[in-house]
Amino acid sequence: MTPITTRRDPDARGYFGEFGGRYVPETLVEPVEELERAYFAARDDAAFQAELDRLLKHYVGRPTPIFEAARLSAAAGGARIFLKREDLTHTGAHKINNAIGQALLAARMGKRRIVAETGAGQHGVATATACALLGLDCHVYMGAEDMDRQALNVVRMRLLGAEVLRVDAGSKTLKDAINEAMRDWVTNVADTYYLLGSVLGPHPYPLMVREFQSVIGREARGQILALAGTLPTAIVACVGGGSNAMGIFDAFIEDRDVRLIGVEAGGEQIIRGRHAARFAGGSAGVLQGTRTFVLQDDDGNIELTHSISAGLDYAAVGPEHAWLRAIGRSEYAHVNDDEALAAFQTLARLEGILPALESAHAIAYAMRLAKELGPSATVLVNLSGRGDKDVQTVEKTLAEK
Amino acid sequence: MPRSNRLEQTFAQLRAEKRPGLVTFTTAGDPDLPRSAEILKALDRAGADVLEIGVPFSDPLADGPVIQRATERALASGGSLRASLAMIATVRPQIKAPMVIFSYANPLLRMGLDAFARQAADAGVDGVLALDLPIEEANAFRETLAASGIDTIFLLSPTTTDARIQRAAELGSGFLYGISRLGVTGARAQVASGAEAMVRRIRAHTTMPIALGFGISSPEHVAEVCAYADAAVVGSALVSMIAEASAKPDLIDRVEGYVRWLKGAGQHAHA
Repeated sequence: MTPITTRRDPDARGYFGEFGGRYVPETLVEPVEELERAYFAARDDAAFQAELDRLLKHYVGRPTPIFEAARLSAAAGGARIFLKREDLTHTGAHKINNAIGQALLAARMGKRRIVAETGAGQHGVATATACALLGLDCHVYMGAEDMDRQALNVVRMRLLGAEVLRVDAGSKTLKDAINEAMRDWVTNVADTYYLLGSVLGPHPYPLMVREFQSVIGREARGQILALAGTLPTAIVACVGGGSNAMGIFDAFIEDRDVRLIGVEAGGEQIIRGRHAARFAGGSAGVLQGTRTFVLQDDDGNIELTHSISAGLDYAAVGPEHAWLRAIGRSEYAHVNDDEALAAFQTLARLEGILPALESAHAIAYAMRLAKELGPSATVLVNLSGRGDKDVQTVEKTLAEK
Repeated sequence: MPRSNRLEQTFAQLRAEKRPGLVTFTTAGDPDLPRSAEILKALDRAGADVLEIGVPFSDPLADGPVIQRATERALASGGSLRASLAMIATVRPQIKAPMVIFSYANPLLRMGLDAFARQAADAGVDGVLALDLPIEEANAFRETLAASGIDTIFLLSPTTTDARIQRAAELGSGFLYGISRLGVTGARAQVASGAEAMVRRIRAHTTMPIALGFGISSPEHVAEVCAYADAAVVGSALVSMIAEASAKPDLIDRVEGYVRWLKGAGQHAHA
């Protein structure tokens, strides 16, 4: 079994510093507490961990490799760039690590009906996959705009036996899908498990999702030491809700010399409604169960967001990111749609890898950073997912240029 | 600041007169702010005992489609927490009933608790119910409101444990809002089967007044619920009625007639 070496838990009320907590409607208070009890019991249960590890190894395909992107590094003109290949997992993104973990937990709790939200569709596909594997009944809420731009993943989910439910409210993206999934949960709470896909929502989700994703960083730390002989100068990961970033950051938190950099979606420009860079244009607020950095107006209404990548197109960020930033442990930058698109093409041509548009944001920033840091540095990028789902969006956007 | 005591007095009077209480919910700014103000006055004239006023919020995750649409209309017509408070301040002198703000946490926190409590007290707000601020997150909120003489009203659900009912009764004031069923807001054909048992479970812990809501839509429901609760809350059914009649010139009269019908004292002409 995998030893859990870090126990950086939030406080008993689910707070990381002043961020986190449990801002849920009354009906969900007891279910969320039940979930917390069940999760802590599972985390301490060797049999649960052994089953999770077995599935991660033999089904998901872990460990995923680290690959030195030599041609990309040369093009960037500076530091050595390494890629943690989460795109090589079964279903093609890091989301499966958490989906398998939570689906096992749901089954252990006796909940056979699963609801989930999805933005880019990768969490939806991962959840549909885990449900098929474990014989659970799967319902995925997805914004209408995301269903259009990630049509491939909609087909995949349906083929995997999931029901995909179209959400036409609000901005028709991830935020609205989460609202609808929470409405379903509050209605069907007795037999339903809400399988949330990122380090968001009420406690224990931000902790639990991070812990299920922290396998990425545990593997990567050993791999980079073996391959480069040193810890990386910086780790770069894209941040929508922030689960792939927390997953790779977690094992390096105590390595104070390693810079942890999250890359948000700069969209078209950092002006109201045209981006999703919470740390560039947001402030502390409460959204969907947690207190964190949120894009909001003066009246406390949540602002619309925009990103070329559906997975980063969200108005709030995981509370642990807000806390790590507040204490100076992590930093955040943003990359706009055009830069992400260019990085998508660059990685394809130089390394033969089509990254997800989400991950392309991290690639774009890593190239910028590599040049800045110079050849003695090493940059580790979490390549969180593969880009097959984005091929149509990329083709269409390039044709319009 | 002294408490207004309007909620306390209202429920004491309902009990003394053994009268069923009616709490109405409307969204501030639906269909627009001027008519929303007129609707509040009409509800009061028709005899609603407590007026709950929903603050429109972009992400109403505990609400069903009817109140979601009302929220969208209110936001489109300039509704907000500030506009809601300004409207309440304007109509307060003409309204007898206690007025309770029903909001999601973020608009309140964005304004700042101190500023909100001060402005709400100035506007004549009697109580506040924050949907996603359960007891555990509501300490500072409750204390700040109490210092301004405003009641904090907690929700109780079929999933609430006895220990938490006890805490809500200790920490809340004004009344307790019982959610009769699991799920989001919305009118239903029948009162939830577990509603009475739930009210009895709350009664075992407290003598505080209990208003029961979620799914109540007819005079029969109101009468049924008030056999065991102090008051029934009618929200989505009233909001639907307003939506259907909003294009009609006699909207305000229809609202007044609708509430008289709910109170069992008049005919309701369906819109």
